[in-house]
Amino acid sequence: MPIKILMPALSPTMTEGTIAKWLVKEGAEVSSGDVVCEIETDKATMEVETIDDGIVGKILIPEGTGSVAVNSPIAILLAEGEDPANIEKGSSTNENFAPQDNHAGSNNGIKTAVKKNATTISDSMPKQKTERIFASPLARRMAHESGLDLNSISGSGPNGRILKRDIEVAAKAPQIELKGITQKGYPEEKDKSESSHQAIPNSSMRKTIAARLTTSARDIPHFNVSSDVDIGQLINFRKKLNGDGEKNFKISINDFIVKASAIALIRVPECNVSFTDDAILMHRDQDISIAVSVKGGLITPIIRNVSSKGLSDISNEIKELASRAKQGTLKSEEYLGGTFTISNLGMYGVRSFNSIINSPQGAILSVGAGEERPVVINNALAIASIMTLTLAVDHRCIDGVVAASFMKELKNILEEPVQLML
Amino acid sequence: MDNFDVIVIGAGPGGYVTAIRAAQLGFKTCIVENKHLGGICLNWGCIPTKALLRSAEVFHLMKNADSFGISSKETNFDLKRIVERSRDISKQLNQGVGYLLKKNKVSVFTGTAKLNGPGKIELSANDEKAKLLSSPHIIIATGARPRTLPQFKLSKNLLWTYFEAMVPKKIPQSLIVIGSGAIGVEFASFYCALGADVTILEILPQILPNEDPEIAAIARKQMELYGIKIITEATIKNVKKKDDRVTLDIDTKNNQSKELTVNRIISAIGVQGNIENLGLETTKVKTEKNCIRTDSFGLTNEPGIFAIGDVAGPPMLAHKAEHEGVICIEKIAGMEVDPLQTNKIPNCTYSFPQISSVGLTENNAVNAGYSVRVGRFPFIGNGKAIALGERDGLVKTVFDANTGELLGAHMVGADVTELIHGFVIAMGLETTEKELMDTIFPHPTLSEMMHESVLDAYQQVIHI
Repeated sequence: MPIKILMPALSPTMTEGTIAKWLVKEGAEVSSGDVVCEIETDKATMEVETIDDGIVGKILIPEGTGSVAVNSPIAILLAEGEDPANIEKGSSTNENFAPQDNHAGSNNGIKTAVKKNATTISDSMPKQKTERIFASPLARRMAHESGLDLNSISGSGPNGRILKRDIEVAAKAPQIELKGITQKGYPEEKDKSESSHQAIPNSSMRKTIAARLTTSARDIPHFNVSSDVDIGQLINFRKKLNGDGEKNFKISINDFIVKASAIALIRVPECNVSFTDDAILMHRDQDISIAVSVKGGLITPIIRNVSSKGLSDISNEIKELASRAKQGTLKSEEYLGGTFTISNLGMYGVRSFNSIINSPQGAILSVGAGEERPVVINNALAIASIMTLTLAVDHRCIDGVVAASFMKELKNILEEPVQLML
Repeated sequence: MDNFDVIVIGAGPGGYVTAIRAAQLGFKTCIVENKHLGGICLNWGCIPTKALLRSAEVFHLMKNADSFGISSKETNFDLKRIVERSRDISKQLNQGVGYLLKKNKVSVFTGTAKLNGPGKIELSANDEKAKLLSSPHIIIATGARPRTLPQFKLSKNLLWTYFEAMVPKKIPQSLIVIGSGAIGVEFASFYCALGADVTILEILPQILPNEDPEIAAIARKQMELYGIKIITEATIKNVKKKDDRVTLDIDTKNNQSKELTVNRIISAIGVQGNIENLGLETTKVKTEKNCIRTDSFGLTNEPGIFAIGDVAGPPMLAHKAEHEGVICIEKIAGMEVDPLQTNKIPNCTYSFPQISSVGLTENNAVNAGYSVRVGRFPFIGNGKAIALGERDGLVKTVFDANTGELLGAHMVGADVTELIHGFVIAMGLETTEKELMDTIFPHPTLSEMMHESVLDAYQQVIHI
């Protein structure tokens, strides 16, 4: 009996992915543990192994196909000696079921194609189930009628069951937008000629970034607190630590900021928090997410429990995670979670900027460039190395004084870097 | 001082269920009760009245045995044994609660609990000196008691509350029931069935004021057929006592006056929370309208002190108290719980005929801005109802015309109190008319009327 290879769920939040690359061809012999393809999720690219032995009978989803639903078949594996005709035979049987499939009403061409082929080899892997969305019948109907995709709605009922109230919440935002447009009577947007732009299809990562940051910017009351930090001592301190470059580490200013932030979070734990409806969660560890720019987006790998780590460990860990982030080979536990984020655009000469909070975290630090600026010291103009740091916080759980206290501690540590040794 | 994780004050249905759930969750739990385990519900309310009504129902059936082809000679009842049976049933269940608390290792204290500041309880029993208990979680579940009519200045012998009405020595020749809520119409049904001349007085235009008007009207007609007199929009102007009788001057609709002379009056004008002598003044707990103010999980204005059940406000129903108690203790235990949804609490009245309902009435749904679809199915169209000899009654369903959400269900007729849970589950799971239509109801049962009522709302009814 042919075996189907299904689109795996590589993270708990993954609902669909893109087949980035097939590493095997039809007819190839594979055995358990062989890598057959690479899948791009919202966060990373991962390799998929087969758990069975056999011959690749048919590749159902071609390379580069996006939005492939988790648990839909992507290829068919034939047991040794099995007739490839089985697949065709299966297909013809499947035709009888086609009306039923149409009945189910798949709105996605790819999905339909997958479904049709899926039936051919239906009972080969009974342990695999298609993912079921738990939603009340009323919620399903309301979602259907307001054109909402249940996949995009998180349920507040038992075990995440989607209820009427979830649909009402989800339906609210777009409705308001639509209303605004019709009421103000904006003219219909004219079709732009096709040549005036190039459409770049949204990758899974781009969709995730869009969804998460929209939610954060819309739902979290942000405010920003900035401080100028004199990093003169820090620069000298760094030179001394790194020495002549013969050591097995090279600590960057950013590494210092990561460590200093963790210490400041210990001193002002009210800044290491997440807001929930029932309580403010104060985190025990300082798990710091580092914003890393990758092709087509960004990702935030996490340095866990930073205060327990030395500068060289932190530095090496950031390098390692950033490099794997760029290759797209981060594991989900390496970027899911975190209690505080640092984003650094200093290397691009940016003086200061405001970031959007990486929800459900309570704060994000934006790091500008360290540069020589005129300052007034003892009533006289002088030149100093100054860096502007800006903290964006969630006002639901962090108030102005708390944010300011954190910035004061952080400035204090960075201006007297010997404190980093504590 | 004895320390507990949880102290529950009051062992009514709310209190004892909360205590057992607390023990299940691993809390060291005690419960304080000053009268009887099981509270009013089990000793002087829900349960013993159901026993009385069952006797009345059997008597009524036997009197009508002929219509079932059964001849019986003289049918009589022995009131003493009817009351004894009711008391025995309460006693049996009261002992059952004691067993359940013991099985779950809940410490039971008999006595009166009084708060002595947050976290502390003074427990006084008759024969012992006060004992001190402490706990970070004190749950007040002291229930409610009948509201009285002190202006009447009548002895308990003439003016009964449910306490007296439940243990009659003889059936009064004539009787007035003031108030037509569940308690009032149940006692009216009982005494009418056993031969009393019963008149119900209701100040509002409708009996069973919380029920759907259409259902209440059918119930009224049935009760009047049984022989109960019903006067709505009635206000009592004057009360005169003469020997063993009482005369009431009543103003009715259009200012017509009426004089009624009866042997007994049952006051069923509602209940009020037991908030007195609890030491609430030693805490920040706030009260309003004779009830304790709480949030939707039972927390009062004083951290660590909670209130559930009747004392925490209406609707004052045993099943609401139980649910509220479980929510409260699970929230304390840090579990994820949903607050009480009052629109999904069913109401049951065990009069002849029975009435049950859940959710919005048709009028309330319309007033709330819904466009509605309403389904109706009468008992006369149901085979089982006819076989039972119960031809009178109605099942009414109210849907949101836009979404198909079941907004409410209202029933009157035989055994409808045993049917309503079907609609309660349906509402709880957020089913639409479609799932109800797709459900296979067993034939022949009264429950088929629930199905037909839904079909009727969508013009697909079969049997009428």
